Amino acid sequence: MKGGRVARPYNMSVNDDAGGPRSEGRASRLVAPGEDLGDSEGQEAGHGVLVMDGRLRATKQGRVTMNGNAVAIEPLRSAYIPRPSDLVIGFVEGCTNNIWFIDIGAPFNAILPMSLGPGKAAFGGTRSLMDIGEAVLCRVQEVEETHSSVVTMKGMGLRKIRSGNIEDIEPHLLGRLIGKGGKSLRQLKEDTDCRIIVADNGRIWIDGELDGIVDVRDRLQAMSAEAKSIGGVA
Amino acid sequence: MGGYGDVQMLDENGLRMDGRKPADLRPISIETGVVPVADGSASIRWGTNHVVAAVYGPMECHPRKIQRQDRAVLDVRYNMAPFSTTDRMRPGFNRRSREVSKVTADALESVVLLEMYPRCKVRVEIEILCAEAGTRCVGLTAASVALAHAGIPMTDMVVSVASGKIHDVVVCDLNKEEDNYGEADLPMGILPNSGELVFLQMDGDLSPDEFKQAWDYNMEAATAIHEIMVEALKGGDS
Repeated sequence: MKGGRVARPYNMSVNDDAGGPRSEGRASRLVAPGEDLGDSEGQEAGHGVLVMDGRLRATKQGRVTMNGNAVAIEPLRSAYIPRPSDLVIGFVEGCTNNIWFIDIGAPFNAILPMSLGPGKAAFGGTRSLMDIGEAVLCRVQEVEETHSSVVTMKGMGLRKIRSGNIEDIEPHLLGRLIGKGGKSLRQLKEDTDCRIIVADNGRIWIDGELDGIVDVRDRLQAMSAEAKSIGGVA
Repeated sequence: MGGYGDVQMLDENGLRMDGRKPADLRPISIETGVVPVADGSASIRWGTNHVVAAVYGPMECHPRKIQRQDRAVLDVRYNMAPFSTTDRMRPGFNRRSREVSKVTADALESVVLLEMYPRCKVRVEIEILCAEAGTRCVGLTAASVALAHAGIPMTDMVVSVASGKIHDVVVCDLNKEEDNYGEADLPMGILPNSGELVFLQMDGDLSPDEFKQAWDYNMEAATAIHEIMVEALKGGDS
């Protein structure tokens, strides 16, 4: 595969065996870190791709995707790194007199100052509004270069979560869960009659009848298991 | 002749004690995902060596004093299980495991894109379950597969392999007897896609020609091992 042409998923008429085996009609090949993805001439390096000495190099294990002239890798595993305006579900991990510390599944806890909180309480009254262990739906306000982030609860629909269930999946699977234009997610909501909120950090809030919740959970777990099934004995 | 006593390690046909030719590797098999709770993991069987590596992170860096504002730190812990050798290894860190942890971390730091995760820590745990010879190479190889499996961005995977000298013959991938009674050992960490070197140690003496021969054996072996590593990461894909 070294030095070969890059697979072009959106150009199926090109018979290019560099694309490797094609699963479910999706033309994408699996790569390992360090693998050569061809010449960087006229190509742009997307997520998980680096240009080194005029060649495109994979930096992650995953599937190659082409979007226009940008080559990117859809990783098989990923950690959540917050970006501004992400909708996230977090848990209150701790608090001071006027700040909550929210675990949003990233390497670092986000801070939620009282001024951006769900309501007004006296100085020192943070725990009366939201106690440790409670779940909140919030939005990432800003992220510093050093990964410290601030979240806000000022905005439409942002609130403390009082009912339902929270499930975790890996953030790179969200695209698959939501589907093109939200198709798969809409279908899932219809099938199970549940209220579902998909947060960008891979946490999913499910509310509804018990049977529906269990159904959604089963489907999510099946999806994660399927995504994890790649790799094994060699 | 070095080593202890005269151990016959090559027969009249130039074959080694386990029937390998000088350039042959021991059988290697790699499996990923052996530690489901870890972010990434790999298990390697290399001859009778059995090594498990697990990767956690990126996570918040503790203790804070080792935290770096501009990049992540790699926290590598190489450990031999008490039952991994015939004479019991005392549990916990010792001088040797500290050294191996450090050289492994140094080798991995040159490929992992640490600057993508400032103030974070990536924890790499290497556990030697059964030790024969060359566990530092096996551990480093396992760690790079586990890092790739965890989705940590890296420019290349490190392949580590050792060659050495027994009875004035340079051989690839020493086994226990060859390591104990041989004359020299040259472990190397190689980036298979670029042929760069990220780790090199030498125990014993090699002449320039022997060094060149050992180097060539290692480079050749690295390509073969890299294929197995990639296969382990891609396996199960249809």
